[in-house]
Amino acid sequence: MADCNETLAELHRYLDSELSPGRADEIVAHLKTCTDCQGAFEFHADLQRVIRVKSQGDVITPQFLSNLRGCFGSDILGSPGG
Amino acid sequence: MSAREDFATDAMSHAPQLFSTAMRMTRNRADAEDLVQETFVKAWRAFDSYQQGTNLRAWLFRIMTNTFINKYNAKQRRPQETELDEVEELYLFRRLGTIDQSRIAPSAEDQMMELFTDDEIKRALEELPEAFRLPVLLSDVEGFSYKEIAEMTDVPIGTVMSRLHRGRKAMQKLLYEFARQKGLVDESHLGTD
Repeated sequence: MADCNETLAELHRYLDSELSPGRADEIVAHLKTCTDCQGAFEFHADLQRVIRVKSQGDVITPQFLSNLRGCFGSDILGSPGG
Repeated sequence: MSAREDFATDAMSHAPQLFSTAMRMTRNRADAEDLVQETFVKAWRAFDSYQQGTNLRAWLFRIMTNTFINKYNAKQRRPQETELDEVEELYLFRRLGTIDQSRIAPSAEDQMMELFTDDEIKRALEELPEAFRLPVLLSDVEGFSYKEIAEMTDVPIGTVMSRLHRGRKAMQKLLYEFARQKGLVDESHLGTD
């Protein structure tokens, strides 16, 4: 089983789903027995979610939307603004 | 519906995400609008080379990232990193234990949600050095794999991982500073190291 140092070294690769299934199982096995590492993993998973949610939602103006539709030619997505 | 209509409709469904990422890349609305528009024009021209059924979202982000790097001459070179070497692993985690619990929400995730405003998260992303900002945006915001990011930014996977690692450290440092400025962190127990 991975120890704390090995587990924390894999934190981001685990959260990014970049570990092999075998290695991910080793990390999960350690997390089940270590509340400190579990806390660190949960914290970073929450942080990633917060960054993802709060960095979206920039307002697209109707004019810009119309311009984007126009990129595909006037006959593909209807008249601009329509 | 024709294949072209399907393609255009699918592409338009990705416009909000492309635009938000373009805003963080370029850091201003006019350039972000130009960047997404140019991405769609290029995608439309390359329609014949797009293989239907493959990941359109990844393809559009690849075009946009590539356009951004070329058009804005994005500095992909290694930024000055000495300052970040001093930032420990788990920088933010080690410090948020000192948050005044009574001022924010009860659950850990709600707590984090309330700790940082949308504007602060966006500002922190935009303040990251160019070479770190792209992998952080493409991974933490858009959820692309290291391999996809390597292809989009045209750098080796090892470089993506290293820049992501450093970008996340820089991001944590910036976010900590926002929390500190709002008086949400008690630094008294952190020592002087």
